[in-house]
Amino acid sequence: MNITLRVWRQKGPDDKGRMVTYKVEDVSPDMSFLEMLDVLNEKLTLEGEEPVAFDHDCREGICGACGVVIDGEAHGPETTTTCQLHMRSFSDGDTITVEPWRAKAFPVIKDLVVDRGSFDRIVQAGGYISAPTGTAPDAHAMPVPKADADRAFDAATCIGCGACVAACPNASGMLFTAAKVTHLGMLPQGQPEREARVVQMVNQHDEEDFGGCTNIGECAAVCPKGIPLDTISQLNRDLLGALTSSRAE
Amino acid sequence: MANSTLTKQRSEALGSTVALKSAMAVTGVILVLFLIAHMYGNLNVFAGQQAFDDYSHHLRELGEPMLPHGGFLWIMRVVLLASVLVHAYAAAVLWRRAGRARPVRYQVTKRVQRSYSSYTMRYGGILIALFVVFHVLHLTTNTIHPGGASDSPYERMVAGFQPEFWYVTLFYVASVVAVGLHLRHGIWSALTTLGANRQSRQRSLNIIATVIAAALTVGFLLTPLSVTLGLVE
Repeated sequence: MNITLRVWRQKGPDDKGRMVTYKVEDVSPDMSFLEMLDVLNEKLTLEGEEPVAFDHDCREGICGACGVVIDGEAHGPETTTTCQLHMRSFSDGDTITVEPWRAKAFPVIKDLVVDRGSFDRIVQAGGYISAPTGTAPDAHAMPVPKADADRAFDAATCIGCGACVAACPNASGMLFTAAKVTHLGMLPQGQPEREARVVQMVNQHDEEDFGGCTNIGECAAVCPKGIPLDTISQLNRDLLGALTSSRAE
Repeated sequence: MANSTLTKQRSEALGSTVALKSAMAVTGVILVLFLIAHMYGNLNVFAGQQAFDDYSHHLRELGEPMLPHGGFLWIMRVVLLASVLVHAYAAAVLWRRAGRARPVRYQVTKRVQRSYSSYTMRYGGILIALFVVFHVLHLTTNTIHPGGASDSPYERMVAGFQPEFWYVTLFYVASVVAVGLHLRHGIWSALTTLGANRQSRQRSLNIIATVIAAALTVGFLLTPLSVTLGLVE
């Protein structure tokens, strides 16, 4: 396959950046998208040019490090991570546009690499539980209904890749925040901090300059882990409950 | 850690994006309920001039003698105006925020699953706001009176939607369609914001939103179009 790539190049956080067009030849349909970028970078290195910087780590779809907007879609045309996207999803001769996540809360560090530290700060604000140290409790000491455990687990599969923010027309980080709130809020261990958690995480979310959620659903549609949109509804319910709660702190 | 400042955090969260959206959802629900009542009133046109004018007159007498003449109507107006102002204020703040949240735009954008109605919420809202101003000046205060002023609400309406004022009818039709699109996403969004959205209920929520939006669109179109087409004289 021969591919024409339009890639966002930006030397550093303060550089203005621009789109640059590259030809990539002899691409195998079995290559992953990142391997195709590797081929491009080898070529650029041999030609003495600066390779295209992009984030990646596990390359098996579980770490959440990789992520770029491909032809206007976060992680490209398949609902998976960029590393698990293969060139067979494209056709010979295609022109593919590759851009970094675009959000004020995700400033570009270089080329396609963005700083997702805002997600870490949202987790720091409330994504924890108080647990006693010491020996592990018996596995069945605290019963959890199966449906709640499943929902908590589904929410916990969020890998924090940021595709939800990239796809959201408002650049909102609500699906990520809702996944964390749901994950901990469904379990008995998460109850003591439940009210404080949602309040603190929503405040941090807003402080990071993410936009507001308008329930459009693009986030859940592109999420490689299938975090359901209704977690946002659960977050809203928890926040309204916390705001009207009379619990003293 | 943050426990000592939870009171502060809580008051900060009262101004959060989620709180603003909740305010929009609650005021939106009030406005939808009003629209349903308003549509019912409009459809009285098919019962004739007497019934239509009586309905309009009775709105002023509603609640008497416990309320003064026109009292109920004024309570409604205050509630509606407050709802519109809160709704518009929250929308403006969130719109500005969304603009700031993505300072550099994508070169290529693609719609994954979003609906046209979700795409037109903000611009549709502006059109609806302009329409409401015109609509009140036209049929409530009768300041603008295509076809002549009248004390009879029925006559005002019939005069205003005559075929020679096709542009008035056209503006109404466009605005009512905008209301329908606004409600299609708005009802779904309001219910989600207020916490009613669960995966198992999403189909029902979508059906509820579509049915209410479609019913209100058709219901509101019937009256002006019937006049323009000569079915009501």
